[in-house]
Amino acid sequence: MKAKFPVILALIYAIFIVFSLTTGYQPGKEIGSNFLSFTLSMLKILPGAFILIGLFQVWVSKEKVEKHLGEDSSFLSFIWVMLLAGTTVGGLYVAFPVAWALYEKGAKIQVVLAYIGFAAVCRIPMIIFEASFMGVKFTLVRLLVSIPLVVISSILFGRYLKASKWQMKSPD
Amino acid sequence: MIFYGVTVLLLLISFGANKRKTVKALKIAWKKFSTIAPNFAVMLILVSISLFLMPDDVIKHYLGEEDLISGMGIAMLVGSIALMPGFIAFPLCGILRAQGVPYMVLSAFTTTLMMVGLVTLPIEKAYFGIKTALFRNGIGLVIAMIVAIITGLVFAEVVI
Repeated sequence: MKAKFPVILALIYAIFIVFSLTTGYQPGKEIGSNFLSFTLSMLKILPGAFILIGLFQVWVSKEKVEKHLGEDSSFLSFIWVMLLAGTTVGGLYVAFPVAWALYEKGAKIQVVLAYIGFAAVCRIPMIIFEASFMGVKFTLVRLLVSIPLVVISSILFGRYLKASKWQMKSPD
Repeated sequence: MIFYGVTVLLLLISFGANKRKTVKALKIAWKKFSTIAPNFAVMLILVSISLFLMPDDVIKHYLGEEDLISGMGIAMLVGSIALMPGFIAFPLCGILRAQGVPYMVLSAFTTTLMMVGLVTLPIEKAYFGIKTALFRNGIGLVIAMIVAIITGLVFAEVVI
């Protein structure tokens, strides 16, 4: 059932797009071209991102991750994942597989959540872009407010999840 | 692109250091990608539809709302649904700013755009499960609201 849903959706979608192309139905054509352009821009990022995840998997030991990002790691762990998140490309859709790779290697859930939050709010290329269009003041306010909130919420939410015996799962 | 330069460089270093491990890394990369690929496909379908329903001029129209509070609310809603890369979002915000849209509204829009993702839910729930994924997005909404309000205060758009 679970695996079937994307297949059925994709089929209906494909039929809709083909139908739109043959009959010249404008909304369908626009949706199709949106799909194409977004797929292309994502395909530029995803292979590289997953190759880096693969390299991380084989080269970085579980002990190292546990020591720096695991249950007994210090507050520094949040700084490490902030730096890691700063260099993350793409968006949330890249952050989730990376977060899973960290979790699998023994990073604690608070740190994993913080990584996702940071990957959302403080990717360096994005910050540069933002500051140049919106001004440094706007960007600084956003960062100074959101970074502490990401840390606090990740710690609280992480504790709550841990208390309820929740675990991240491998996508099947 | 610097990103691929770095990826290729690391791949070459890894290959030089240990051929077997590098092949394993590539296999892991492929396996991880192919397991999540259907979710990516669902996301792309949702994105293509949401982009159609909310093109730039519709977003412009709605964020231009006169009332600050409803402007912020709409901005958060649009930001949660839309998914657009920074190189589109920020120039768009620059234009909106020039048209007089308050910083507070733009901040609500960009922060939800970054933190909250309705269309990325198919991917997020594969790793987190739906409940935790929704919870995390809810937290993102709260953070976005706080960020927006403080932005409004700093730029003196809101006065207490």
